[in-house]
Amino acid sequence: MSAGLLTVSPSPHIHTDLTVPQIMRGVIIAMIPALVFSVYNFGLGAVYVTLLAILFCVVIEYSIARYLLKRPASIYDGSAVITGMLLAFNVPTNLPWHIILIGSAVAIGIGKMSFGGLGNNPFNPALVGRVFLLLSFPVEMTSWPKAGATWSLDATTSATPLGILKDGLRAGDTVPELMNQMPSYADFFFGLQGGSLGEMSAFAILLGLIYMLYRKIITWHIPVSMLITIALMTGIFWLVDPTRFANPLFHLLTGGVMLGAVFMATDYVTSPFTHRGMIVFGVGIGVLTVVIRLFGSYPEGVSFAILIMNAFVPIINSYAKQPRYGSKSQRHKAYQEKLEKELTSTK
Amino acid sequence: MTVLLNTVLILTGLGIFAAAIIYLVSQKFQVVEDERIGAVENVLPNTNCGGCGQPGCKAFAKAVVDAESLKELHCPVGGNAVMKQVAEILGIAAVERDPYIAVVRCSGSFEHRKKTSIYDGAESCKIAATLYSGDTGCAYGCLGMGDCVDVCDFEAMYMDEKTGLPVVIEDNCTACNACVKECPKNILELWPKGKKNKRIFVACLNEEKGSTARKECAVACSGCAKCFEACRYDAITINNSLAAIDPEKCTLCLECVETCDVRNIITANVPDEKIKHATDHRIRLEERARKKKEEEKLAAQAAQQQNGDATKQA
Amino acid sequence: MAMRLNKHKTFKTGGIHPHDNKLSAQVAITPLSLPKMVTIPIIQHIGAPAKIVVQRGDIVKTGQILATHEGFVSSNIHSSVSGRIGVIEEVMDSTGFKHTAVNIRVKGDDWEEAIDRTDTLVEEIKFSPKEIVSRIMEAGVVGMGGAAFPSHVKLSVPEGKHIDHLLINGVECEPYLTADHRVMLEKPKEIIVGIKILMKALGVQKAIIGIEDNKADAIEIFQQLLKNEKHIGVEALEVHYPQGGEKQLIQALLNREVPSGGLPADVGVIVHNVGTTYAVYEAVQKNKPLIERVVTVTGKSVKQPSNFLVRIGTPVIDLLIAAGGVPEDTGKIVSGGPMMGKAIADLDVPIAKGTSGILLIPKDEASRSEVYNCVHCGKCIEACPMGLEPYRLLIMSKKGNNKRAKEEHILDCIECGSCSFVCPSNRPILDYIRLGKTQLKKQKSV
Repeated sequence: MSAGLLTVSPSPHIHTDLTVPQIMRGVIIAMIPALVFSVYNFGLGAVYVTLLAILFCVVIEYSIARYLLKRPASIYDGSAVITGMLLAFNVPTNLPWHIILIGSAVAIGIGKMSFGGLGNNPFNPALVGRVFLLLSFPVEMTSWPKAGATWSLDATTSATPLGILKDGLRAGDTVPELMNQMPSYADFFFGLQGGSLGEMSAFAILLGLIYMLYRKIITWHIPVSMLITIALMTGIFWLVDPTRFANPLFHLLTGGVMLGAVFMATDYVTSPFTHRGMIVFGVGIGVLTVVIRLFGSYPEGVSFAILIMNAFVPIINSYAKQPRYGSKSQRHKAYQEKLEKELTSTK
Repeated sequence: MTVLLNTVLILTGLGIFAAAIIYLVSQKFQVVEDERIGAVENVLPNTNCGGCGQPGCKAFAKAVVDAESLKELHCPVGGNAVMKQVAEILGIAAVERDPYIAVVRCSGSFEHRKKTSIYDGAESCKIAATLYSGDTGCAYGCLGMGDCVDVCDFEAMYMDEKTGLPVVIEDNCTACNACVKECPKNILELWPKGKKNKRIFVACLNEEKGSTARKECAVACSGCAKCFEACRYDAITINNSLAAIDPEKCTLCLECVETCDVRNIITANVPDEKIKHATDHRIRLEERARKKKEEEKLAAQAAQQQNGDATKQA
Repeated sequence: MAMRLNKHKTFKTGGIHPHDNKLSAQVAITPLSLPKMVTIPIIQHIGAPAKIVVQRGDIVKTGQILATHEGFVSSNIHSSVSGRIGVIEEVMDSTGFKHTAVNIRVKGDDWEEAIDRTDTLVEEIKFSPKEIVSRIMEAGVVGMGGAAFPSHVKLSVPEGKHIDHLLINGVECEPYLTADHRVMLEKPKEIIVGIKILMKALGVQKAIIGIEDNKADAIEIFQQLLKNEKHIGVEALEVHYPQGGEKQLIQALLNREVPSGGLPADVGVIVHNVGTTYAVYEAVQKNKPLIERVVTVTGKSVKQPSNFLVRIGTPVIDLLIAAGGVPEDTGKIVSGGPMMGKAIADLDVPIAKGTSGILLIPKDEASRSEVYNCVHCGKCIEACPMGLEPYRLLIMSKKGNNKRAKEEHILDCIECGSCSFVCPSNRPILDYIRLGKTQLKKQKSV
């Protein structure tokens, strides 16, 4: 017989290929198209910010795990890289390095490691970092470089479509007037608009979504339910008063909706377990996003909406459970009666 | 100015109101507790290890206060010193108990016990024990994943990396029984700590036939009964080809130690010379016994011969 | 959520889709040559061990009884060969523990005269239901899908329970295994007679054979043969693990749910495996005790993945040699399927009544990978066919909080392994759930 001892372990003896490092790698690959578009739009600034954010996140996670928590470093699973990338995707490409450092420290230190590392954080770490930066450095965080115009690091700034809309409406303009100032929908779709690093190109993000669905890393439930909710709600408001509210397509293609729906809301750790729960979660994010966009003082509300819904995940989990096998007889009187009838009819 | 005054007044009023509510509630829901429970709890070690059989120190304190005598109740961690204090608080007689310690009843280290498979399940002895008889030939031996170490609250155990067996740190072990309950193979056992911490026990639990046991582990007890024969106090019994020492009958004479050909009779805190001395003593005794037997035999033969001669003569 | 055009029935909650790897599906069953020595454990079933009625040195015939059942939930053990009884000793069997077993040195192949060894199909059922059950009991027939529950116990329906459906489990949802598939292809007529026998014993009017749709040939054969049968139906089922779980099969075919802690009889159903049905046919019509079974020998590096007809008690190594030897890269040998089988450490382990396959896993797939933190992906919850929350049961069991785990229905777990299979963090979920179950059962029995 062959040399060596046999391995003995409890069943099952086969395992899916989709393990944590594989999933993290898959997510990183899915984010690459958006990054490429960003480089095309904003030039090297995109690469610079992304690499810095990844570097800071990984170094901070390593240091905290190693020197503060005194346990083996957990950076090899790739989750810190993703946090860094997502943080970078959510900031302008002309952000100074020290702000990125602060954002990374908040994202990893407060958003993730203070809860015990991967798997224990209630809020999406990248969003924690992003919102912290947005509230602490509103000017730097909302001055975006002009898209498609530059390959240099110091570019002129431009506003996002959502910003133009909000300011315009405040100034008393109507939506159709404001629409004339904006790029076409095709530009929105392919990402020729002002905005944060990774959020402009709906097309690139959809490529990522298709890849992740193909690899079975995520399911369709969160992105689809969230996008449909946003489309429906904005659609209703648009039909009611097209002069005050922009159409659903505009809302879907601008701002962080796509990025949020595909990469932020689908984070395993901070989203519900079951498909039913995921749909509730997606719908909740959609509603909150629309409410903040249309009635809040901020032009954009995806980050806030996701963070707020993150807080509801435990409660969603405790209600949206899988139906337990065998509980049917307790739940459904009709089922019980039907069974009774079937059993007696053959007697 | 009025703003300031209003603020001060409102806050003071709120404070008084809240204080009143707290006072009333505390009066209403006051729990009258025997003062002695608190006093007893204070002298207990408060490790909540559960070694006494109660869920925690508070429960033990309650049980002690309710009990009439201390015969059934003992805090193994605090030992006799703490129990004496408890007895003083309650004003009843203290009951002294011999201190115990956990011992490891397996000596099948890596070199003695060859692996027969590689275990690759969750790192837990309990899970391995429900899966199969173990990753070595011996179905009775230590599985070596340290469930006992994990469960120890007193840092009194560690896994020896060279042997793969747990080691009890004598000074830290409080005989709380946690590891004994945890071990799926029942290798850990509470043993009387013994006079001057001297102990002697058989470190094997293999109940297979001698030849099979030795195949599985080079230092397994084969039930050869040499120690049984050497013991003059009936302290050693052999069941299912496994020797066991009864600590109550054992006088620590140490005469059995060297009879074991695999040195599986473990001694603690006993200097080697003493064992040698005891062995010499045993050998002398055996010699004497043999001589006596021979003499008797000779005498018997002589007597027979005499008888024979006598009959011949007759 | 694979949407398919020809959607077949399946169970409702959870489940997974591992690669089915049915390497030996097209290999006909071949009888394995007689071994030199067999080792027959006296407990190969759920329940009490049988009582040995032979002694060392006795000469036994093939099919002669070696040990009689002790109590009702137990099973007779027969000699699978003819020869001389050797030592009766404790032997390591496929459960991983030592159990008493009878060794027999094989000499010739001298069968008991009462056994009909011909291939002729006996269709007429001339026994009463009571006689059928007692013949099955005498023949030592047990469930051959893996759990090895004595079949006569299943057929003795408790008072007050009414059975209206007999389900025949031809699902074989475990990857790699093809033993049941081959039996269905090669002995379909016998299986149908077996089903009729079981129906008569239970007094039911309706039987359904459930077969996964990756065995289209078997489905076709049964559809052909059962064209004129009103009472026996064939149903194709989606390839979806664990379709062959008793409770899942009932849900898939009849949309009934066995209540927690209950038996299939509670919802009017009895489930038998196709292998068992064939054994029932042989026991009742041919008077042949359960002394041989079909075993799949398979694995990615096995030279000739095969289906052997093996005498019970044959050492595993004999099967491996017949399948082209043990490949160099073998890291793990599993008795049963990859999802629920038991890894064995020793190649002399005997084939038992419940051994459906021997699977050789290469070294690079034999060990588990690194364990990460739980990322709360919820995949285990989505995969659990019983609708439990495996990740929480793991934590409870690890902390020893068995009471809480019981409230969360840990005892409903069917140990199918879907949760551990899908966990991206490689967490040993089922290991701990099984531990919790074992401890709870122990508490109950104390």
